[in-house]
Amino acid sequence: MSATIERPCREAQQPGFTDLEKAVINRLQHGLPLVASPYLAVAEELGISEQALLDTLEKLLEERVFTRFGPMFNAGEMGGGLTLAAMRVAEWDFDRVASQVNAFEEVAHNYRREHELNMWFVLATETGEGIAEVIEQIEARTGYPVYNMPKEEEFHVRLHFSV
Amino acid sequence: MSAWGLLRLRQQLEHGLPLTTRPWQTLAEQTGLTEQEVMTAVDQWQAQGLIKRLGLVVRHRTLGYTANAMVVWDVPDRWVTSVGEAIAGAPFVTLCYQRPRRLPDWPYNLFCMIHGVDRNRVLSQIDSLIADKHLQDFPHTVLFSTKAYRQRGGRYVSHD
Repeated sequence: MSATIERPCREAQQPGFTDLEKAVINRLQHGLPLVASPYLAVAEELGISEQALLDTLEKLLEERVFTRFGPMFNAGEMGGGLTLAAMRVAEWDFDRVASQVNAFEEVAHNYRREHELNMWFVLATETGEGIAEVIEQIEARTGYPVYNMPKEEEFHVRLHFSV
Repeated sequence: MSAWGLLRLRQQLEHGLPLTTRPWQTLAEQTGLTEQEVMTAVDQWQAQGLIKRLGLVVRHRTLGYTANAMVVWDVPDRWVTSVGEAIAGAPFVTLCYQRPRRLPDWPYNLFCMIHGVDRNRVLSQIDSLIADKHLQDFPHTVLFSTKAYRQRGGRYVSHD
């Protein structure tokens, strides 16, 4: 059964950032130098004071423009399990299954997507073996099979969202 | 360096880097390590790939990037690495992975994510990707997300 629903996508609005905020967001996605005073180094690069940079970061964090400032840990390298999984869920049953899946602590993201496989989620577990266990539990709880699609190779991208 | 100190350092870093003039010194005070030890540990974790990147972890939706497309391709296995590298090189591609097919239901083995500011622009980006990288012969499909049911900020690599 194909249950694809075509919905108009809301035209995205870039939020109103100040020039300073834009500069900080754009620059800091490229990383931070590993020196004793990293904010000072970046502030000098941007031609602003260190305090202005710290204040801007604090404000953007408060407004939850970004979740966190700092290192992104690689779960796979940490010895844990990480995978992308998908399910084909009946439309009428979608909300029930979504709340059951989301109740698992190991579910990091869960997206509804326009396809027969309409539920896509990321699982992160403390051990590699944890993935298979969680998938088994999700299948038992929901009654739907889970397609497990772990990463086999990662291609390097330059992740940057300019504003 | 004490293992206990390193463990605490990792836990502290999961909350983010302190917004202080000497953030590594602040972390040193919180973990019982020295500033130099903290910097050395972070340097090593970066070299080992445990830390992928030190910087902003953005919530792309708040930046106006709300059209989230997963584009999946069925590429012969012998070409998947070169095609994957080519796709990853496009400036608007945010992730690119090889994953297993799940036949007969799922023939696709190459996944990339495009986060765009609107759906039509993303579709034209895909068209230009196909033309520029000569991907006409590889079947593909586009899965836009219509709803994020859960987006946990957290300790792990952001997938979206």
